[in-house]
Amino acid sequence: MSRPERDAGWRHVAPLAVAVVVIALWQALTVAYEVPVYLVPSPQVVAETLVADAGLLFASLGVTVSIALMALGVAVVLGVAIALLFVQSRWIEAAFTPYVVLLQVTPIVAIAPLIILWVKDTRTALVLCAVVVAIFPIVSDTTLGLRSVDPRLADLFRMNRATRWQVLTRLRIPSALPYFFGGLRIASGLALIGAVVAEFVAGTGGQGAGLAYQILMSGIQLNIPRLFAALVLITLAGVAFYLGAVLASKLALGRWHESELQSR
Amino acid sequence: MLGPSGCGKSTLLHLIAGLEAPSSGSIAWWGSSFDATGTPGRGLAMVFQSPTLMPWARVDTNVRLPLSLAGVPVAESDRAVRDALALVGLSDSARLWPRELSGGMQMRASIARALVNHPDLLLMDEPFGALDEFTRQRLDDELIALWRERGLTIVFVTHSIHEAVYLSTRVAVMGPRPGRLVDEVAIDEPHPRGEAFRVSTGFAGYAQRLSARVAEASGGAMHDAGPRARRA
Repeated sequence: MSRPERDAGWRHVAPLAVAVVVIALWQALTVAYEVPVYLVPSPQVVAETLVADAGLLFASLGVTVSIALMALGVAVVLGVAIALLFVQSRWIEAAFTPYVVLLQVTPIVAIAPLIILWVKDTRTALVLCAVVVAIFPIVSDTTLGLRSVDPRLADLFRMNRATRWQVLTRLRIPSALPYFFGGLRIASGLALIGAVVAEFVAGTGGQGAGLAYQILMSGIQLNIPRLFAALVLITLAGVAFYLGAVLASKLALGRWHESELQSR
Repeated sequence: MLGPSGCGKSTLLHLIAGLEAPSSGSIAWWGSSFDATGTPGRGLAMVFQSPTLMPWARVDTNVRLPLSLAGVPVAESDRAVRDALALVGLSDSARLWPRELSGGMQMRASIARALVNHPDLLLMDEPFGALDEFTRQRLDDELIALWRERGLTIVFVTHSIHEAVYLSTRVAVMGPRPGRLVDEVAIDEPHPRGEAFRVSTGFAGYAQRLSARVAEASGGAMHDAGPRARRA
């Protein structure tokens, strides 16, 4: 095996090794010190709970993930639309940027009850909350990208009498893509966090109960193994969201952008 | 156009290209003048200091840009793109990405893009300044060959005296603060000039004369600054 290949192999093996060591230590310590499950359940107990409560937990995971995905979709469409509007004129950007920032700095926990109160359909309300959290990086990164055009390329387009539409589609949007995908990586995680936080506030149970509700109830009922199992699922979902965004970025930019090139 | 940094060479080029408007006066282009509102015709192309290729498009798509912006369908522009790439020796690189080309090849692609819609006037803003000496000399020779073949007019901005002597039929020496034309020197030497000209006494004579004019122009500017400096 050549050196770079071996390095690439280690890059995947090393984090797994850390996980194995940590989980083994956790297992050993909980057993050795006989830690009660209502304080810290051992990995084995968590795994058993995950299997035993699979039906309940995965149904909830589906609810949370679908809300987060929908929110991410809306945030992307709406965020890109806002960014496109912003770059049409400095006045529009100057007038509305403070309010986008305002939306960003207001804690979602504080406005979620209002949104849930105003919007009749709970699911829609939850999606809306997650959108509020996830949209900012999309708007700010895409706006920055749409403005980050090579000035000499812009001159070239001007010399060739390019229309406003040609400048947008052939110059501004391609220039913005790397920035957009940077924003998407952050927004993908935020959409999930937004969905979980909104569920916590809404506290919806029954059929449409998401993972946040399971965590909340498990805490109240002192069913700590189930709480841990739900946490594991949320974490894994978050990682999957991030990897999804990374994959999308690789597919779109892989052939030309420096950030996605394999180090040779 | 030869001169030290800050003498307005690039600005003059931008004025000719219609990218900047003159604060006063007008620019005559083959006898017909145009003002700030009228842009020059299509027969105008520019090569910048850097290759300025779109990184997200392959080489042939980059070269096609002037034609596709003008609305020429791909099927009709294919031939022009192939010809332009052949002209600069990049026929085999048409489907590569800009990042896969060396600096010299990127500059060639940039020149191919400028030539693709057969301009009458080619503006070049220190195009080879960032390249190494050997690549630069080779591209100088290729540029002269292109110029003779296509019969176009080239306005070439440089701060290299040797490049100015080697390439030009006429050198306009510019001076800084304020940017102005200092002298015009005709280089009476038949093309192709080749390596022998680079080391000839005639070449040295022209270089010496241009060097003296540039030094004079810069020195003059420093002299101008004298009284102001004393007042301060």
